[in-house]
Amino acid sequence: MNRIANLTRGIFRENPTFVLVLGMCPTLATTSSAINGMGMGLATMFVLLCSNAVISLIAGFIPDKVRIPSYIVVIATFVTIVDLLMQAYTQSLYEKLGIFIPLIVVNCIVLGRAEAFANKNGVLDSALDGLGMGIGFTLALTILGSIRELLGNFTIFGLRVLPKDPSWSRAAFFHEPMLVFILAPGAFIVLAYLIAIFNKIRKQ
Amino acid sequence: MEYILIVIAAIFVNNVVLSKFLGICPFLGVSSKINTSIGMAGAVTFVMVIATMVTFLLQRYILDPLGAGFMQTIVFILVIASLVQMVEIILKKISPALYQALGIFLPLITTNCAVLGIAILVIKNNYNLLEGVVYAAASAIGFGFALVIMAGIREQLELANIPKGMKGVPIALLTAGILALAFMGFAGIVK
Repeated sequence: MNRIANLTRGIFRENPTFVLVLGMCPTLATTSSAINGMGMGLATMFVLLCSNAVISLIAGFIPDKVRIPSYIVVIATFVTIVDLLMQAYTQSLYEKLGIFIPLIVVNCIVLGRAEAFANKNGVLDSALDGLGMGIGFTLALTILGSIRELLGNFTIFGLRVLPKDPSWSRAAFFHEPMLVFILAPGAFIVLAYLIAIFNKIRKQ
Repeated sequence: MEYILIVIAAIFVNNVVLSKFLGICPFLGVSSKINTSIGMAGAVTFVMVIATMVTFLLQRYILDPLGAGFMQTIVFILVIASLVQMVEIILKKISPALYQALGIFLPLITTNCAVLGIAILVIKNNYNLLEGVVYAAASAIGFGFALVIMAGIREQLELANIPKGMKGVPIALLTAGILALAFMGFAGIVK
């Protein structure tokens, strides 16, 4: 029962994006389309899962004073692995995400979970916590990316949702996709409303 | 001329926070008072310039000749983390007044992705050392510029009547969105 709670905590109740508001840089920067957001989320999930598991194993051996640098080395190792893997197998996604892949290393969620959870708990619990947080992060990024892609390009995951031909509807809203949602300001604005909506749902 | 273009592009056109999305955490975290945001901007400028210089030299004279480019992430983050510690210690000894002003912000900078991000971008853009340093300084000024504007707006917002659900983070993000829209007006000054 407790195990399940560890897994699901990150998905809704303590969602890293909507509730903890951590890791904002990749959240805003990589969600210009649903697929980019999901790719970033999955890459972060891998790092979270592995670093949480490894850190929970080695936490007992590390002196308290040097724990943060040691955790950073562990995290940076997995980030490098992801970086090289993505470069080899998902070239186009790798180019779109750009410097935000190496920047997973300074994503506060990863170090935050190591410090707040993994160094006090067992391997399985830590791995589940990392997985849950990763799923929550991926979901948030995918939702944000989908909304931005829908408003800015009328597509989701590259699939056309609304026709490009404006004659089907008389409402001016549907005539032209709003490019601004794919550009920088759209990221801030969509995320602002998503967090507000999430807060409202959570309070009920 | 080239340097002026780098400076203008880094401050206005491709502002670190509002168009590159680097350093959002301190941008949202320490932008509620103008005074603290100026302190943070100073600390970031200081660290970013030194970090860019050190990481550039490391990349050029150690990682590249060894063909160990894949170690970039690990080496850079360790260098930045220890650099921040070192700056803190040196500052405490040399200039207690400056340490008083910047001290509490320094530990926060290790996880400021703008520092690591700019260090990597300097390598990616193939700048030479001087261009890299100018770019880092200009980016840091751009960061400070956005931070201080944001703090000014948020100080006023405290007095405004904001809908309950939008209080806190959502309204800050929305403000940042409108600021980003304004900064899009600079696009086109420099190609």
